[in-house]
Amino acid sequence: MTPTDVTLFASLVGGTLIGLSAVLLMAFLGRIAGISGIGVRLLPPYLDSNTRGRVAFILGLIAAPSAWLLATGVQPQVTLESSAPLLLFAGLLVGFGSVWGAGCTSGHGVCGLSRLSARSFVAVGTFMTTAIVTVFFARHVF
Amino acid sequence: MSIHVQFFLGLLFGLGLVVAGMSDPAKVLNFLDLAAIPSGTWDPSLAFVLLAATAVTFVGYRLVLRRPKPVFDTQFHLPHKTRIEAPVIVGPAIFGIGWGLVGLCPGPAFTALGTGRPEALLFVTAMLLGMVAARLLALRQINAFPVRA
Repeated sequence: MTPTDVTLFASLVGGTLIGLSAVLLMAFLGRIAGISGIGVRLLPPYLDSNTRGRVAFILGLIAAPSAWLLATGVQPQVTLESSAPLLLFAGLLVGFGSVWGAGCTSGHGVCGLSRLSARSFVAVGTFMTTAIVTVFFARHVF
Repeated sequence: MSIHVQFFLGLLFGLGLVVAGMSDPAKVLNFLDLAAIPSGTWDPSLAFVLLAATAVTFVGYRLVLRRPKPVFDTQFHLPHKTRIEAPVIVGPAIFGIGWGLVGLCPGPAFTALGTGRPEALLFVTAMLLGMVAARLLALRQINAFPVRA
């Protein structure tokens, strides 16, 4: 494992920016800022007319590290220590599970909890639990 | 215009993840590692991110949803499901296992892709495959058993 520092202030500021993005997406487009929901609709079947907008949103997300590099001269740290088969397997689980459960950390986490949705409280409680158990087994058992 | 706004909002979301430190899977995994609390290497940062993001969204949604409609659409598109059904437990349970294995959820997976890491490309490709599989399966079920109303 790679140790990390607790970043209270930066994490509160970053969380505020994420919340601001979610609120503005509702104000302008009338939509929930759920990355799994936006991501899956990049691909067919296309059931409405906002595919280009979703592509733009995801491109903005992808552009963020470059914008940060331009502004600060520092590339954001991305620690990935998993093997290729594990990345592949975990990616499949994250993709399938988030769409099957109709939301991930953003759609159920940020947006759903803010709307006091019972479904989102159940979803967040469930994925937090299985993620914590998975990390426990990966780090302290195997 | 709507396209530019959506690009900007994606960028804002991504910068939020970067500033918060959530673009680094190590910080996410160190949050999920509750067994590290006694040794002092637990990183609670993710809780602060979620706290700030939900607080802003809680207040912001209440202001925005008082308006008759969004700027670029004729109506707000809010999730209409309220019943706790199996998929809302099974899906997140599967998602959480993948999240705990690598430390990437969909948002940070896309920002990681933006750093040009080949590992991120592999993860995002698999993630999109998994997403499409789940959507096609869900759509097939809806067609086989049409829901009332």
